[in-house]
Parts: sequence; C-alpha cells; structure tokens
Amino acid sequence: MKNKNNYFGILFQGLSSLGVGLKTTMKEFFTKKITEQYPENRNELQMFDRFRGALTMPHNADNEHHCIACGLCQNACPNGSIRVVSEMVETEDGKKKKQLLRYEYNLGSCMFCQLCTNACPHDAIQFSNEFESAVFDRNKLIRTLNNPGSKVATKKS
Amino acid sequence: MFDFSIVTNWIHQWLLSLMPQGWAIFTECVAVGIGIILLYALLAIILIYMERKVCAAFQCRLGPNRVGPWGCIQVICDVLKMLTKEIFTPKGVDKKLYNLAPYMILLASFLTFACLPISKGLEVLDFNVGVFFLLAASSIGVVGILLAGWSSNNKFSIIGAMRSGAQIISYELSAGMAILTMVVLSGTMQISEIVGMQTNGWLIFTGHIPAFVAFIIYLIAGNAECNRGPFDLPEAESELTAGYHTEYSGMGFGFFYLAEYLNLFIVAAIAATVFLGGWMPLHIPGLDGFNTIMDYIPGFIWYFGKAFFVVFLLMWMRWSFPRLRIDQILSLEWKYLVPISMINLLVMALVVTFGWHF
Repeated sequence: MKNKNNYFGILFQGLSSLGVGLKTTMKEFFTKKITEQYPENRNELQMFDRFRGALTMPHNADNEHHCIACGLCQNACPNGSIRVVSEMVETEDGKKKKQLLRYEYNLGSCMFCQLCTNACPHDAIQFSNEFESAVFDRNKLIRTLNNPGSKVATKKS
Repeated sequence: MFDFSIVTNWIHQWLLSLMPQGWAIFTECVAVGIGIILLYALLAIILIYMERKVCAAFQCRLGPNRVGPWGCIQVICDVLKMLTKEIFTPKGVDKKLYNLAPYMILLASFLTFACLPISKGLEVLDFNVGVFFLLAASSIGVVGILLAGWSSNNKFSIIGAMRSGAQIISYELSAGMAILTMVVLSGTMQISEIVGMQTNGWLIFTGHIPAFVAFIIYLIAGNAECNRGPFDLPEAESELTAGYHTEYSGMGFGFFYLAEYLNLFIVAAIAATVFLGGWMPLHIPGLDGFNTIMDYIPGFIWYFGKAFFVVFLLMWMRWSFPRLRIDQILSLEWKYLVPISMINLLVMALVVTFGWHF
C-alpha cells in the first residue's frame, strides 16, 4: 500500500475497483425487478406506505371520526383545497363546542404537500394509497370526507 | 462433428451439372452474399433485443415487454419504423461522401463478418492470412466514421468522428497485439487452422496466463473499437447529440446502428474463435465419453453460444462503467494496454519457445 501512486499501484487499484463495479452490476442483474406492470397486476398491486393518493378521513366502526373542526388544516392548505363547515352546539353541561358538518376536499386542486395532515392535532385525516382518481367531471373531484351521520369520537375517560 | 463442406461440395457439384463453372461460382457468390446479408440482419435484430433486455436487467427493469410475447416483436417494429422514415439530407453536406459513409461502415463489417467460421466447413473467407485480413478489413470502418463526421457539415459530427478516429486507431493496436499473442500460440493465421488447433482444449486454457491476459485486453480493446461501453465518447449523447451520425436519418442512421451492433457481434465472435475455440466443442483430454457427447452438439450452436456469451460479457462491461474522458481513454491505451500487451506477447513467445503451454 505504500506505493499507492506508482504505476502498478494505480493499475491494480483500478482493476480492483472495476471488479467491484462488475460485481455490483452482476448482483443487480439477478435481483428481483422493480417494474410494476400496472393494469395487469391491478388486483395485487401494493403501493408503498408513504404514497400520497388522496386525502381521507378514517372512520371507526361506530361511524365516528376524530375531526374537531378546528380548521387548522384549512389554514395550512396552500391551495385552499379544504373547506371545513362547522356549527356551534351547546353540550349538556352548558359548554359551547364546534361540531363538524361537512369536510370538503377538492382533489383537483390538491398538491399533496401533506401540510394538512401534519397540521392536524388529532390525526383525523390521512392520505390513502388510492391513485385511480381520473373522472370526466371536475365536480366529482370535490369530495366530502366525513360520512353522513358521523360524529366526533368522544375521548375515552 | 458434422462437416458442412459435404453440403457445400454437393451444391457445387449440382450447380456444375447445370451450368458452366464460371456461372456456377457466380451463383454461389450471390447465394453466399444473400445468406450473409440475411444472417447479418437477423443477428442485428437479436442483438438489439438482447441489448435492451440485458441493459434493463442490469438497471433493475424488465425492458420491452409489450409488443409480442416478452416484447420480442419490438425490434422488428423499430426496423419497420426506420424503413418508413424520410432520408433527409441537410444543407451544405458533401453529398457524395455523406451518402457513401454508411456503406463504408457496412462494407467493413460485412467483410469481417464473412471471415467468421460459423461451423466446420462453413467459412466463407478462409485463407492463410485470415486473421490479418480480418484486422485489416475491420479497420475500414473508421474511414466510414470519419467520412460521416466530415461530410455532415456539423460540429458535433466532426468532433465525434475525430474522437472515434483517435480511439479506434489506438485501440486497434492493442486488439491486434492481443490477437497476435494467440497467433504466436497457435502458429498459424488461417482461421480454420486456429479453430482446428483447439481440438484438445481451447487456446485460453492451453495458453493459460498470457492467453487470459490477452483475452481481457482484447475485450477492452474490442469494446473500444465498437464505440461502446465506457468508450462511447464518439457518440456521447449528453455532449455531442449522437456524434458522427447526428445528421443521418432513416436508413442512413439505421446502417450505423446496424453496423454498431454487428461490430459488437464480430468482436465477440473473433474472441470466441481465437480464444474460446470457435465451433470446436468443449473437449477435455482423457475424457473420451464426455468428448463424444459434446461432439453431438452441432458446431454452429457452440459457435453462437460462445459468441453470445462474449457479447454478454461486453454488455456487462458497457452497463457497469461510466464513460471515460478522451485523455483517460488515450492514457489507458498508451500507458497501460499497449505496454502490457507487448510484455504479454513476449511472455507468450517465451511460453511457446520453452513449451510451457499444454
């Protein structure tokens, strides 16, 4: 190694580095190919977890979501794709509380920056893996995310 | 081993019974020419398909797989597309040279292609200085490249052609030297005799270390001579658009493309002939049963198998390494490959003189 810069040192160093390159590509030659043949494997296609398809609001079995209608997502959205329609109701113990009426999300103007899900304090909204969102009418892209008749999940005490 | 000269002699006798000798030879020449052109086109299609698939596999992709089963009709579609394109002549080109250049390149690769011993008795050109002729004929290609670059009236073309000229002329030297090493070992320049020498073991095994070094040097120099792999700076898409064939369209470009792939095959086939025994089956001295089983596999299968194996090696090299700069290419050739192949030639001469080979 002391003669690293002389003629033969450089020669053998170069040869070994070429060998490393050849080994790497040969390993790649036999690895499983990552190409997804989309329309054929539509049924078994698994998108990766972090893929941002469309915004969704998960509901549990009792048709409850976690949205408290605080409107942080609406403020965070740079494109104004989110509109939170809420109303003020008075609870049994006399407190005033905001309640979600409609959560409107416009997929057409969403740029999938994920600022809304980051802003959400209750993790009420998240991006799904669904990506086949082509429609013939732009109005169909405006989605209401909360299910009809759903209510906010009560905190477990 | 089936001798194809029985078939060719039978055809010759049959033609002689129909017509005088001059006409018979003329008919045979035409038939052989058509055969070579057909084989040439077929091999080009196979090679382009193989290149796309192998390249895809090295890049963790699948490659063409939509047109036909496994995408095998893709290349044929590409050929048809290229045939229907307009042949466009840009303003200010030297028309005569511009139109001549693709044919020069094709001529060179046809001439070398005719030297290849495909099977026993299936050599088209086979005479006592065959290897020498082969090297000389393959050098005509550089004339075509220089003509194409010069006549195109385009700065990219001329730069590409000049680089290609410098590169091919330099690497011809070490490729020639590597083959010369094997000529020293086999003691003949006739291609059929070189193949015949290897009945009891291919030259890369009988010549052991110097033969192996020559094989490696030949692969590097061969890759450089086809303007491929890490040595593709005459074409250097990122800087020279397409190098010397920038201005060609339609089949003019098609000829360059064809010749590029066939030169790849020719380099591989020469390596297969000189180092890996041509059509000669794998014989291990002493194992007679094994040798007779190997003899049942026809020669041309051995030949194409070996040639495509070497083609795969060359593609492996091409898709592994990044492109070299022109000064790096020249220093690799003149400071490393030429001295090493000269010493290698000397070692081989000593090995042959003292009988150290098998």
